[in-house]
Amino acid sequence: MWEKFVNELTQATHEIVRSIAQFLPRLMGTLIIVLIGWVIAYILKSILRTILRLARFDKLSEHAGATQLLKKAALPSSTELLSRFVFWVAWIGFILIGVSVLGIVGMQEHVGRFFGFLPRLFAALFVFFFGLLASSFFSRAALLAAVNADLPSPRLISSTIRTLIIVFSVSIGFEELGLAEHTVLVAFSIVFGSLMLGLALAFGIGGRDLARQFLERRFVHEKKEEKEDELSPL
Amino acid sequence: MAEESILTDDFLRELINVGEVDILIGVPTYNHAGTVGQVVQAIRAGLLQYFPRQRAVIINADGGSKDATQELVRAASISDLQHGPNLHALRTLHSISAQYPGGPASGVALHTILAAAELLRATTCAVISPDSTNIEPEWLESLLRPVCRDSFDLVTPLYRRHKFDGLLVRNLVYPMNRALYSRRVREPYPAEFAFSGRLGSYFLGQEFWSQEVGRAGAEIYLTISAITGDFRLAQSFLGTKSRVEHAPADLVPAMRQTVGVLFWSLEQNFPFWGALSDSQAIPAIGAEHEVSLEPIRVNRKRLHQMFVHGVAELEPVLKSILTAPTLTELQRAAAVAEEDFRYSNELWVRTVYEFAASYHKTVISRDHIIQALVPLYRGKTHTFLLENHDASADEVESNVEALCLAFERFKPYLLEQWDGRK
Repeated sequence: MWEKFVNELTQATHEIVRSIAQFLPRLMGTLIIVLIGWVIAYILKSILRTILRLARFDKLSEHAGATQLLKKAALPSSTELLSRFVFWVAWIGFILIGVSVLGIVGMQEHVGRFFGFLPRLFAALFVFFFGLLASSFFSRAALLAAVNADLPSPRLISSTIRTLIIVFSVSIGFEELGLAEHTVLVAFSIVFGSLMLGLALAFGIGGRDLARQFLERRFVHEKKEEKEDELSPL
Repeated sequence: MAEESILTDDFLRELINVGEVDILIGVPTYNHAGTVGQVVQAIRAGLLQYFPRQRAVIINADGGSKDATQELVRAASISDLQHGPNLHALRTLHSISAQYPGGPASGVALHTILAAAELLRATTCAVISPDSTNIEPEWLESLLRPVCRDSFDLVTPLYRRHKFDGLLVRNLVYPMNRALYSRRVREPYPAEFAFSGRLGSYFLGQEFWSQEVGRAGAEIYLTISAITGDFRLAQSFLGTKSRVEHAPADLVPAMRQTVGVLFWSLEQNFPFWGALSDSQAIPAIGAEHEVSLEPIRVNRKRLHQMFVHGVAELEPVLKSILTAPTLTELQRAAAVAEEDFRYSNELWVRTVYEFAASYHKTVISRDHIIQALVPLYRGKTHTFLLENHDASADEVESNVEALCLAFERFKPYLLEQWDGRK
């Protein structure tokens, strides 16, 4: 009885030792991959940061209005943020490759999915950033055009355009990520529809007087001005 | 060759049929049926009267008019002259009307005229605005004679104008151009001007034609190029400049093709203007300036409202362009009642120079920077109208001179802003 117990225990111990002996090289491999991954990710981060600084990406980001958003959220500059993002994506990629070397069942599938997701993530970020850039540009263009044409409420026109472009680019970004596609589509439709309805109501009911004043100023005023001489700038 | 791309085959054939000429007159048009006939007639009369022995050609560069402008030019080229029935040609006076590609653009029209001038080896050239309904045959002599007789390379016009006409030129383009490029050219964005074949070829060889500046605003860049290229400049008095009606919305394009090009040129010519200090007069033929004073009705209150509205609404845009002290001062000025409001010369000069520096640094889209200057210019216009309401011609002139001196005095401020801040 005792002898059998000792044999079983010895066999179990051998198996544990054998398993550990089999696992240790894989673990070492994982650690080496993670370590090399860290170095590569760090190099990538440094290269990207240098390129972005040379390309004055922070300036572009400032023009897009992204810098202001980041400042409000107490986040670092967009160059730093993007460099860190690339570092973490690269390193997590290496960590997952390293973990897959351990041979854990089902891990390969997750690693594959992660790498499959990366292009979509970058596409979504790209869409979002250029959406911000476009919203900043077009809202400012609308503001200037409205001020120079002496239209009422230029800032309202400008911020409406900004909001529409941001909502539109965020919805495209989420769709690209495959996150809550239907919810985003419905939300976008609701936001857009309610905005249009709100504007129609505001102008038709709430802004009736404003509309009348505007039309009067536009046409009655112009009739008055016919008698005035126009200044020639050149 | 530059002309190969701009001259169409048909136009080229017509030019080759003309052969070499001594004088070339360019008339850029776009829907000018109402005025172009009498302008072409006056040009013909001027050429026949003052340059009967020279080989001459009138080139009409049209931007695709839909009101029969080109037909009217052709008709005016062969009709009897109203200006002088006794005028007879000693040589054939050619006249060609051609449509340039790409739609109406004053720069492309000028490019076409320059290319034609180079091809025909014209030694003396002039451009006449089709809007100049007051043109007299004598204008041709006043413009062309200094080039062909006195060897000047660029002759810009001097006009008799109403004291409240050309306010953008008086309040910004002339003083700034004078302060930075050190030449007192009264009309740096000329509607009429004459130039030598030498300057024409030099200007044609510049590399900006494919850019936006090459489409609109090439006229002011021609003046600047003549200064930076050390060509001989003169100004010639022509007569009364007819008033051109401009809708208020025209101010933005006018700003783009004058101030926009002036700002743009600063970047190209920094080593030149950065080293200059005092301005120099250039030879003037005839009266130096004449101002008419008849009363006109202008809505000053509206100008003030648009200024105040602009300063308030554009605050986020102005913040990225102006320094904090200048913006604060502007906001303080905008808070004052209309009757007490004054946009001082010093504040105006600082504003313009900070805009120029921000344009150089591209703090936001360059076109947006130019557009943002429009409401502020309206504020300055208000002050100019107020200060010169009852002013005599001499007082108007002395006020313009004071502004010019302020632009010259503050030039170091622009240099300081140029590479500093942001």
